[in-house]
Amino acid sequence: MDMIYFDNISATQLHSKVKEALIDYIQKDGFGNPLSQHRIGDSASEALEEARTKVAGLINARAPEIVFTSGGTESINHAIKGVAFARAKKGKHIISTNIEHQSVARTLRTLMRMGYQVTLIPVDKYGLVDPAAVEKAITDQTILITVMHANNEIGTVEPIAEIGRIAKARNVIFHSDAVVSCGNIPIDVDELGVDLLSIAANQFYGPSGVGALYIRTKTPIFPFVDGGTQENGRRAGTPNMLGIIGMGKAAELAHVEMPQRMEHVLRLRRYLIKRLGEIDEITINGHPEKCLPGLVSFSVAYIEGESMMIMLDEEGICVSTRSACASGSLRASHVLIAIGTDYALAQGTLVFAFGMDNTIEQIDRAVEVLKKSIAFLRNMSPLYKKK
Amino acid sequence: MQYSETVMEHFKNPKNVGKLEDPDGVGEVGNPVCGDMMTIAIKVKDDRIDDIKFETYGCGAAIAVSSMVTEMAKGKTLEEAMKITNDSVAQELGGLPKNKLHCSNLGADALHKAIMNYYDRKEGKEDKEDKKVEFIGERTKKSKCYCPYCDTELPKQSPFCTKCGKPTIEHK
Repeated sequence: MDMIYFDNISATQLHSKVKEALIDYIQKDGFGNPLSQHRIGDSASEALEEARTKVAGLINARAPEIVFTSGGTESINHAIKGVAFARAKKGKHIISTNIEHQSVARTLRTLMRMGYQVTLIPVDKYGLVDPAAVEKAITDQTILITVMHANNEIGTVEPIAEIGRIAKARNVIFHSDAVVSCGNIPIDVDELGVDLLSIAANQFYGPSGVGALYIRTKTPIFPFVDGGTQENGRRAGTPNMLGIIGMGKAAELAHVEMPQRMEHVLRLRRYLIKRLGEIDEITINGHPEKCLPGLVSFSVAYIEGESMMIMLDEEGICVSTRSACASGSLRASHVLIAIGTDYALAQGTLVFAFGMDNTIEQIDRAVEVLKKSIAFLRNMSPLYKKK
Repeated sequence: MQYSETVMEHFKNPKNVGKLEDPDGVGEVGNPVCGDMMTIAIKVKDDRIDDIKFETYGCGAAIAVSSMVTEMAKGKTLEEAMKITNDSVAQELGGLPKNKLHCSNLGADALHKAIMNYYDRKEGKEDKEDKKVEFIGERTKKSKCYCPYCDTELPKQSPFCTKCGKPTIEHK
């Protein structure tokens, strides 16, 4: 049975050239500490700076503005807490949205416990934030606006550039969680007007456990990990060299291959949506155009997502569902509830996230299995019979 | 995969799926908002469960539990069937992930509710469709709630996990 991987939003596979770069670095005995002042240290330092330049190139930043981290979550924690601590004297008000990833939402909750105030801007039925609503929420206490670039569950791409202009005009620091978008769609930190941008390598065919935070020059921010002088004093600890080498290579490749990759996954997205039209009572979630090119979130009425996911997995098809089970009750996704999806329908949601190796034939096979699974589950659903 | 082989087997090939013509008792528990809903219908002959069918909306565990609980109850006297507990269902299934143990509660509850409904009908009482009864049958002390994120054991009605602080859904 051939495995079909449609869960590129959870992690992407390693690009073959990233694997080569990693093996190459290992075989060259790349173990040195980039801070050591001898030749072994120098060669590690060179490799580190080369990777930094490549990551900077992906988002049109300057190399010194890139800080390597342990991944998207650390970058986000660093950005939000770092600014909150650095600007605490100016104010304690932060603006965000109600569809952010847990790493933003939970960071904000921690800050609220420490006395910060948070305003969450609601989104419309497509998951879009209204920049005017963000502007209206700004007070003289506001120190930070944090809005995700693209949503990880429904794929909607937010009007970051517009919010960036507002933030700049009102002199508020602006962070965007670009974890699921960076490397998959073009990002230019100047066009977006962000002061901080969080990214993760495993979203664009790099390794897991490594990410970066873009920090615009002169942005007031505290370090998140205190210690040595690594990363220009902004992130202490001997860097994860292998991860960073892999991330640098992945960023370089993403920069070059992005147009073809986008075209490819967009074709798959359109094809899947067309085929899903063959099944009754399916809702496609998110904005039809302002969205990630390779992600499709859809909700199937009368049945529950995990059952569908397991049935697909039994046929070797890996997808994700957005529901966590709380004491046996399933918690509906906060993103789907935020866009107004009915609770029961939200429980029946699957996310297909395409990558560069997926094919139309794989979608055909998945749709056949999906149809069978839906029929099987609806047949035993008391909700389906009752309609 | 988080499920045992027995759970997977019952999920993939569930027994006793469907509706009964003129059932003698029907038990319905859960609601779609929570993500699980189970209906069990029984036919009773000489105080024994002669036939039993279920319909379930829910996760893999909920479906496997429905299948197992109906298999366990089939042919048993009503008295015996009332003694089927959430724990015995979970045990027969080779265990359930902690955060899915609630599904086994649903199975035992739906069965017990169907039996109670049979007795009610026999006594000429009308169906109490809207009455939410969840803890009818025997519930052993082992039935506990767990945080779905960190598996910490929780007090029954805790809105937040006592360890990781994440919100849970209260039992409906």
